[in-house]
Amino acid sequence: MKVKVISRSTDEFTRERSKDLQRVFRNYDPNLRPQEKAVEYVRALSAAKLDKIFARPFIGAMDGHIDAISCMAKNPNNLKGIFSGSMDGDIRLWDIASRRTVSQFLGHQGAVRGLTASTDGRVLVSCGTDCTVRLWNVPVATLKESYESSDNSVKPLEVYVWKNAFWAVDHQLDGGYFATAGAQVDIWNHNRSQPVRSFEWGTDTVISVRFNPGEPNLLATSASDRSITLYDLRMSSPTRKLIMQTKTNSICWNPMEPMNFTAANEDSNCYSYDARKLDEARMVHKDHVSAVMDIDYSPTGREFVTGSYDRTVRIFQFNGGHSREIYHTQRMQRVFCVKFSCDASYIISGSDDTNLRLWKAKASEQMGVLLPRERKKHDYHEAVKNRYKHLPEVKRILRHRHLPLPIYKAAALRRTMTEAARMKEERRKAHSAPGSISTRPLRKRRIITEVE
Amino acid sequence: MSEELDLKMKKYLRGGAANLEVLQDKKLKGQLAHRENLYGKSAKAAAKFEKWLMPSEGGYLEAEGPVEKTWRFKQEDIGQAVDISSARNQYDVVLPELGPYTMDFSSSGQYMAVAGRKGHLAIVDMKNFEVRKEFQVRETVRDVVFLDHQLLFAAAQKKYTYIYSPEGIEIHCLKDHGTVLRLQYLKTHFILASVNKFGHLHYQDVSTGASKSYRTGLGRTDVMRVNTVNGVVALGHSGGTVTMWNPNSSAPLVKMLCHHGPVSALAFHPNGHLMATAGKEKRIKLWDLRKYEALQTLPGHANTLDFSQKGLLARGTCSFAEILSGAEHYSRYMNHSMVKGYQIKNLLFRPYEDVLGIGHSMGWSSILVPGSGEPNFDSWVANPFETRKQRREKEVHLLLDKLPPETIMLDPSKIGTVKPARNKEKPTKKEREAEMEAAIEDVKGSITLKNKTKGRNKPSKRAKKKQEIITKVKRPFLEQEMREPQLSRKKQKVCVEDELPKSLQRFTRKKAAT
Repeated sequence: MKVKVISRSTDEFTRERSKDLQRVFRNYDPNLRPQEKAVEYVRALSAAKLDKIFARPFIGAMDGHIDAISCMAKNPNNLKGIFSGSMDGDIRLWDIASRRTVSQFLGHQGAVRGLTASTDGRVLVSCGTDCTVRLWNVPVATLKESYESSDNSVKPLEVYVWKNAFWAVDHQLDGGYFATAGAQVDIWNHNRSQPVRSFEWGTDTVISVRFNPGEPNLLATSASDRSITLYDLRMSSPTRKLIMQTKTNSICWNPMEPMNFTAANEDSNCYSYDARKLDEARMVHKDHVSAVMDIDYSPTGREFVTGSYDRTVRIFQFNGGHSREIYHTQRMQRVFCVKFSCDASYIISGSDDTNLRLWKAKASEQMGVLLPRERKKHDYHEAVKNRYKHLPEVKRILRHRHLPLPIYKAAALRRTMTEAARMKEERRKAHSAPGSISTRPLRKRRIITEVE
Repeated sequence: MSEELDLKMKKYLRGGAANLEVLQDKKLKGQLAHRENLYGKSAKAAAKFEKWLMPSEGGYLEAEGPVEKTWRFKQEDIGQAVDISSARNQYDVVLPELGPYTMDFSSSGQYMAVAGRKGHLAIVDMKNFEVRKEFQVRETVRDVVFLDHQLLFAAAQKKYTYIYSPEGIEIHCLKDHGTVLRLQYLKTHFILASVNKFGHLHYQDVSTGASKSYRTGLGRTDVMRVNTVNGVVALGHSGGTVTMWNPNSSAPLVKMLCHHGPVSALAFHPNGHLMATAGKEKRIKLWDLRKYEALQTLPGHANTLDFSQKGLLARGTCSFAEILSGAEHYSRYMNHSMVKGYQIKNLLFRPYEDVLGIGHSMGWSSILVPGSGEPNFDSWVANPFETRKQRREKEVHLLLDKLPPETIMLDPSKIGTVKPARNKEKPTKKEREAEMEAAIEDVKGSITLKNKTKGRNKPSKRAKKKQEIITKVKRPFLEQEMREPQLSRKKQKVCVEDELPKSLQRFTRKKAAT
């Protein structure tokens, strides 16, 4: 007879010395683990609850300005710094880590309307309602110097005076030109005191301007005649214009898909467009209850942050119709500008109450260096939550956000209004000849026309 | 080689791939296709790494030549052919005064709790065969079960059930359970299930203390087993029925008539869909729980049944234990006759070892059954070489993963699935009537008749007017009714005529001659 019995020697299965790690043996057979799905479900539920327990997105406020903050700029070469300009002409460079002012750039007489950093990050360009464009040298921190708390004032490198008040400025990501928006779109060179070129289409003021990160000669502007215009520097005239029903306050290009841009509109929605096909929006992002003032994309290109007149900051997925996250504080008033930090971890919002606020992009993220075990655990929690997020119990916990009462009521009111309009449309259709009434799809509804 | 790999992969794939053709949402379809791809890859990797992660093949007993049969080998022969440390696992502990012994193993096989009917309770450490703690409770003890949490064990004593710590300290006295005949423990739910002499099934959550009791209504029974795969408790009754229960409903989930006589023993295969039942009419049946039909009927008595981790079935009667094996068709594998006079009380396979523990009227024994235990254990599931620290960590993780009692259902793979959207079914007759009644009530409340003067306001005319309004409301419902039942009445007519025997057909209503 042939016989063999399981015999395990203790030496093989336990550690030799007390300094060694304990031995671990694995058998991935599903038969050893009954009720896998139920265990996963329980883990998804507790992961969702933990997510909510650790959701503390607000890090701190940076105060120092004495008037509302009108614009911000980030420097792609320096992760730690951010520029902010206020309505009284005060421009400051902040150190995000210590939340203090590094240097002040004084000089503007009126409100500072636009700020941007040059390609190499050495020069800061600012424009304002006092019809000037100023260029400043940005102080570079060396390893030995630390940012002192006393503000160092910097004298401007150049001051260019022009004919009209300026509303916005943007620098090419990879070139020497910057564009300002005012009565028309002007293209400037650092060295010339007059714009190199001017573009004009229509008689209304241009209120924002943005260069394409992938194609340095392409720029998008929005004007107060409710239009979005695309310009190409290589051509002598503007290329395409899209007229909507309401004004667009700000535009941002997707850094990972440079042919797409998202426009922050006055009707509290954001519209994503493909620049090659402007007759239909790719996506309508609806969640704000008041005008969306500013928009910025994350460097991953997967989500963007918006700041709105309704005192909230929301984060949307690039292809999602509703916001994934909303940030609000009692002390934060109308949000005029938002920026996503260049490492995709933080959001900086500048608002009416003279403060810049620093938030986490993922509210329950553990900051700092994570051990590999911790990272694995977080990944596992994310994966298990994603698998069961459609089930009612888990969904209820993940979706829950506390909203300030005025926003909750305003959102409810909007819902009833849109619902009523939709029902009216449905009844009209039902009581008229089939095909006589056609509804325009939502993605086209707010567009009036596209002009060459 | 690749066929072997495919077979192993099948185990890790946990069922077939989802049908993505029916999806219309392209984005979702793309995401799910990517995920299916990942599942395939991980199953393949797991199958490939099996040869390093799980090197041992397990025990076996094979007969050489056509004359030798495996069931003729005695334990002495096996003991001589096997190494010394394994031969230590064959022993008899003789304790004649303290009554028939019941036993239970902890989930890793490291500890064994033993209870003699006359009140002897002991915890034995199986690694070095020493008795960790033994004490006498001076009452009848009918059953003992290990609660994996902190090595506690529960003993069903004369009047109540008690929970003891491994040092022998009485921790809880569970009075609600009554006089318990059998205890079972659901490990993942932390639920202690018991059946008492009135046939009441009692569930108790050991971590929170919540409890629920159900009257089975089927009389006194002491045949109870828990199915580890889905957590349902099965009871075998004296009418030959087997009922399955969960803590969420007061009626049994399933009631199967298994035997012509009383059910004497019950056991579940670790895969969850094979059940063995033994009846007093000398039959042992193997049931498929997916289709609820008997796969195999074997002759023989069984006072106790148990399945091993590898699917071997052990049955014990009087002083004879038989082990059956076979993937689809169970046949004799091994026999063991004990000394006459030793009545076997219960049989239990030791987890992760090729050992069968036998509790009998003169103490307890242990015999070797090659091929019964799972050779490769997973340290995160059950570790036979656990240290104290590892055990404490594991308990915390078990508590974090504690399943709520609502997850106990016949098919646990349904958790996390979405109910398919049903098309609106036609309302039943009752519902239609109810709708009609509701419509009539609405109208009745709002009938306002004109106040006519000059003798035109007679009560009879008013009543007629009211009736007109009500029939107007009723009309659409009646029209709907009229349209449908015409078909069913026609069908009925035809059926009735066919069913009648020829002699009575002259009394049926004849069709009009055309």
